[in-house]
Amino acid sequence: MFLQNAIPAETADLATAAGLPRPGTARSIIEFERVAVAYGRDAAATQALAESSFRIDEGDFIALVGPSGCGKSTILKLVAGLLKATSGHVFVARREVGAEDVRIGMAFQNPTLLPWLSIRKNVMLPLKIAHPFRKDWRQKRNGEYRDRADALLAKVGLLDFADKFPWQLSGGMQQRASLCRALIHEPTLLLLDEPFGALDQFTREELWATLQTLWMERRPTVLLVTHDLRESAFLANRIMVMSARPGRILVDERVDFPRPRTLDTTVQPEFTNLTHALRGLIVAARSGAGGQS
Amino acid sequence: MTTVNREKLASVALIAGVFVLWEVSCIVFGIREIILPRPSQIVVTLIDRWPALMPHAVQTLYTTLVGFALGVGAGVVIGLLIGSSRLAYNVAFPLLVGFSSIPKVAVVPIFVLWFGSGTMPAVLTSMVISIFPVVVNMATGLATTEPELEDVLRTLKASKRDILLNVGLPRAMPYFFASLKVAVTLSFVGTVISETVASNRGVGNMMLIASSNFNVPLVFAGLFILAGLGIALYVAFSLVERRVTGWASRKTEFAAG
Repeated sequence: MFLQNAIPAETADLATAAGLPRPGTARSIIEFERVAVAYGRDAAATQALAESSFRIDEGDFIALVGPSGCGKSTILKLVAGLLKATSGHVFVARREVGAEDVRIGMAFQNPTLLPWLSIRKNVMLPLKIAHPFRKDWRQKRNGEYRDRADALLAKVGLLDFADKFPWQLSGGMQQRASLCRALIHEPTLLLLDEPFGALDQFTREELWATLQTLWMERRPTVLLVTHDLRESAFLANRIMVMSARPGRILVDERVDFPRPRTLDTTVQPEFTNLTHALRGLIVAARSGAGGQS
Repeated sequence: MTTVNREKLASVALIAGVFVLWEVSCIVFGIREIILPRPSQIVVTLIDRWPALMPHAVQTLYTTLVGFALGVGAGVVIGLLIGSSRLAYNVAFPLLVGFSSIPKVAVVPIFVLWFGSGTMPAVLTSMVISIFPVVVNMATGLATTEPELEDVLRTLKASKRDILLNVGLPRAMPYFFASLKVAVTLSFVGTVISETVASNRGVGNMMLIASSNFNVPLVFAGLFILAGLGIALYVAFSLVERRVTGWASRKTEFAAG
């Protein structure tokens, strides 16, 4: 019942090239138009992302899965404006990326906390920098903003560590703090690059629930890169499976389990069927079979 | 006793030991005062002649600090310019290296030619000698900032200035303080060279006159003053450094504070 609408990428490209609207979409917040990325120059260039076109709806929850080095993180970096496409166009909120007026929250593969700031101050950083919060930074940093950081830290069980410095925390704790930092300015677009990778299973599943609640409350658009198939099936509304390098989107699949999903969801046969099918696709992608799976 | 206390005790003992060895060797080998005075004689001279020595010490300290402040100021600005772009870093470095390899003694006559002898050449020598370590360290601190940390700010649509203030500068602080400690001791070297060559005041000048009178204990008293001033400034910067950049050495007392 799943994965029937696995479409060859060529078809998708043609649809976009012809300017055809995709069926059944709400307002799209991210659009990739024939985007390709290569690192390095000319002959030595490594193709990281093969020409890809897709759209992501506002308020949707997308999981990007695929083998290592397939360009999943590249897609996130393109959306965040950290990387320029070698060819094609990336639109965020209907503007060329960089010019858009969207609050972005991003959690990276590594915690990337600033080592000279306490955990609390690290979490508060987006409020100091991002509009429209920065104009009130001086008045609110010891009041409202601080309370906000503490509330988030409490949610992930780090309140007691708010005054510690990053190096005094374990890797998993740092990762949770960086997740708080991605969320504190209530981003409308949340980019998560394997944020739960360094966590133990129990913490990870707890945070899945936390993230789901948060998404259901505020409905940001989430783009989650992950290796964990259960994670993608648990959290996402739509799973995009990518091929091995040069990455392109092999399968674009909607996930319709009712929300809120619980750990019980993950043991139902539909769920296990889905993760099983995804696993098969990724194994095929890794062996370099590409879209012929 | 904690390890830290034991280390402190050991380093005090080492310093005391060096002086005792010096004193004892002078007595045992019958070394004359005119060749190498004993530490006790130097200290006595220092105390006896203090009223005459103090103005020289003040002059040297003042000259050094003014030159050092100017040097650090210039060094920070140049370091920021060079460190904030890879192009500038690569283009400007050869010039800087060339500039820094000129022995600073060699520029003193030029400063004297331009400004006459006295305080001015001493200030300038002290400044010139302290610029380079600051520039190199600031530039390196900025240039080696992890791009991942900058990315965190860039996703928040931070301006270049935001990134510099919130990532670049804090990141460069440990490098900056390391350079201050080098620069301040070099700065004394610059002042004393210039005072020796062309001045009628300052510890350098005083030592020159004392040595031409064969007043060797007084020469050594001058050295002691210089060492004392150097240590005092070094300690001062270390204390500030510990407060500002304790995160870099992961000091527990910094974390508690």
